[in-house]
Amino acid sequence: MSLLQVQNAYKFFGGLAAVTDVSFEIEPGEILALIGPNGAGKTTVFNVVNGFYKPSKGRISFKGVDISGMKPHKICKMGMARTFQVVKPLQRMSVLDNVIASAYLRTDSKEKATAIAMETLKFTGLYEDRDVISKGLPLGKRKRLEIARALATQPELLLLDESFAGLNPTELDESIGIIRRIKERGITIMIIEHHMKVIMSISDRIVVINYGQKIAEGTPEEIRANPAVIEAYLGEEQHA
Amino acid sequence: MNRVAIPLAVFGALLALPLIGLSSYTMHILVLVLMWTTIGMAWNLLGGYCGQVSFGHAAYFGVGAYTAGILYFKLQISAWWGIPLSVAVVSVFAFLLGYIVLKLRGPFFALATLASGEVLRITTENMGEFTNGTLGILIQQRTWIEKTWYYYIILAIAALTFVVIRKLVASKWGYYFVAIREDQDAAESLGIDTTRYKTIALVISAILTGICGAFYTNYMGYIDPHIVFALHDISIITIMIVMVGGVATEWGALIGAGIMVLLAEWIRAIPGLGASHQAFFGILLIAIIIFLPNGIVGDLPKITRLFRRARA
Amino acid sequence: MGSAQLEVLLQTLISGLLLGGLYALIGLGMTLIMGVMKIINLAHGELMMVGMYIAFWMFTLFGVDPYLSVFIAGPVLFFLGIAIQKFLVNPVLKVDSILPENQVILTVGIGMVLSSAATIAFKSDYRSTPVSYGTSAFYLSDIWKGSPIELSLSIPWSVSFVFALAITGALWFFLQKTDMGKSIRATSQDLDAALLMGVNVQRMRVVTFGLGSGLVGAAGCLFIPIYYLYPALGGQFTLIAFVITILGGLGSNVGAILGGLILGLFESLTATYVGMGWAPVGRFLIFIAALLFLPGGVASLLRRRTFGK
Repeated sequence: MSLLQVQNAYKFFGGLAAVTDVSFEIEPGEILALIGPNGAGKTTVFNVVNGFYKPSKGRISFKGVDISGMKPHKICKMGMARTFQVVKPLQRMSVLDNVIASAYLRTDSKEKATAIAMETLKFTGLYEDRDVISKGLPLGKRKRLEIARALATQPELLLLDESFAGLNPTELDESIGIIRRIKERGITIMIIEHHMKVIMSISDRIVVINYGQKIAEGTPEEIRANPAVIEAYLGEEQHA
Repeated sequence: MNRVAIPLAVFGALLALPLIGLSSYTMHILVLVLMWTTIGMAWNLLGGYCGQVSFGHAAYFGVGAYTAGILYFKLQISAWWGIPLSVAVVSVFAFLLGYIVLKLRGPFFALATLASGEVLRITTENMGEFTNGTLGILIQQRTWIEKTWYYYIILAIAALTFVVIRKLVASKWGYYFVAIREDQDAAESLGIDTTRYKTIALVISAILTGICGAFYTNYMGYIDPHIVFALHDISIITIMIVMVGGVATEWGALIGAGIMVLLAEWIRAIPGLGASHQAFFGILLIAIIIFLPNGIVGDLPKITRLFRRARA
Repeated sequence: MGSAQLEVLLQTLISGLLLGGLYALIGLGMTLIMGVMKIINLAHGELMMVGMYIAFWMFTLFGVDPYLSVFIAGPVLFFLGIAIQKFLVNPVLKVDSILPENQVILTVGIGMVLSSAATIAFKSDYRSTPVSYGTSAFYLSDIWKGSPIELSLSIPWSVSFVFALAITGALWFFLQKTDMGKSIRATSQDLDAALLMGVNVQRMRVVTFGLGSGLVGAAGCLFIPIYYLYPALGGQFTLIAFVITILGGLGSNVGAILGGLILGLFESLTATYVGMGWAPVGRFLIFIAALLFLPGGVASLLRRRTFGK
């Protein structure tokens, strides 16, 4: 059974359709990438999936349970965590406290939450920065803090919203390594990304959306050869 | 070590203070300082740690005060029973009001709370049968003439509040409160039920404030809607105490309450300036916000730096 | 319904409408500031109180009609607003603090200073302005001799209402037709876009605060012939302005006007049918109802009709 099913999801804002009739599934253990030109509705899809928006129509199920319209914290508790494209660190808390706050989801004990947080920080390479107040972190590390925080909730499905944007080549390689190791732990990943090289190298399957609609789905090779996708991206370049 | 030693030392000193034979007026000031410290600490839990700035804590102070007052006025039961009873009554009010106001964020929350205090004041004024309306409630026979027992009661309440809030802030809930203050969306996506934890912070904060209200009825022996539901003299003063002392600090409320109570008394003592205490408070508030936005305790490093520079 | 009851109802609706027009003007000032600055000005009612004192003293000392004082108090308050924004609000916007509500608390402080300064200067006495037309009114029976019911239309209320309409019209013209008005609206709708288009946002903020203050100062003059004056009256009008702003939908000017009218009617009905003392409670009930059932205010209803599917 697929881990996540999105069936004919729609999202309207006022009269504007941000997402139209989007369906896809995620199988346990895979990395699914969601790509598309700027403003295509990728983040809206994320927000619908993790509960920030209630879908106007359609159904989202996670582990076989209908989660459409459920609150984000409940969905998180069920085992789905996300990061934000515009990072949202808990500014005046230290890096460690940020991660402890999310590790508390699965435990009430401070010792256990701290242990989970420490382990996660080591895993994501933020251990040295654990006492830094998070608003003082450089962008690359803030992006990684987002991932660490999401991981500390011990999810089965991790939604990553542009975790690579704005990183320098070294940071990029580190982050790719982290994603690969997350996958090795058996965590399923859905990722929004602009960086084509990254997408093609790490994802198992790709869903392409444009103007809020799904225009293609397949393996990286299939997507690379898909005329509709080339059209969407070329079109974007011409406009830009 | 200091985390235990300092509170114990302060508590010990406060415990011993009446023994040195202070005047009744000084004792009165001390009682007020401790009462305001407690209210400030309660507000700080919700406002400072959880980030929900309430402009309506008079609502809970007033409900607590009237719980005690109505027990006496309608049922001829000792108003002291109002202290335990106010816990239940204020919780109910806090749940109901919280259900409405906690849907709102930031400044809208602030104003909805302000409105809730005003609604309760006007309702109390208009429900004369039950509350004696604008005439207020007078307790004929005060329990003690001496201030000493009142002092120890409010000291116990303040110490208890200090301990409760310290435990809370260090716990899982404390982490959740601060996470909500820093970013509600992030908190929600980390699995924190923001509505639930905001409600918890509000109810605890309201209960502690309500207990002070019930104490106030017993201590002062007279309440009316304009006094206990006052916007400026309760809700805003509470905010000022925390702002002056230090937002989201353990000792800010005590420092702030000390300064504000003494300042109020000092201004009152100047002939012809009695009515203008709010102008002084207003100017102080503006100055604090511009120069020490995190209060005396919160901006202590900044203050010491200034002094060092002045000396050099 | 008997004719006597009908008379009471119609009379109530008329007073509600007239009151609502004045409320709309108060609400507009706050809405403008909220739209551009994204802060709530809790000194709004106190600024109106200042406007009222100006009108009161102009009348008492120089015999200037309160309606003429609109052209004095408006500009004075405009500059007072500019000063507040430049020297107090702006510095606070730059300060880093734990609570973002610092700006709101700052305006509370400003309100406290204004109202107690008024208390020191003018004592807390209730004052009213004995204009010659204070109690005169039009009567329906004057126009229509055989009218089965009698309705009256107070002259000062009506004149104030007409003034409020005229000021609202002028504001609309300013916002729609002038370059500065357009810049203000742009800043209010999308700050980043306005910055990109080269709008001097800093200047727009200062002007808007001045404009909002000027509007409420003018409203104060319109209240003077029909309302008594005392230093602490500001708080009540701050709340009214805020309720209107929520009711109207934050930052929506049309919403603020409708919100003002609705609130005026509602208060008038509560005062007639429930009791004078309950009118403020009615005000808060409508506020809470708006928060719960109509979070976007009246403006969201209008929008739905325009773009709705």
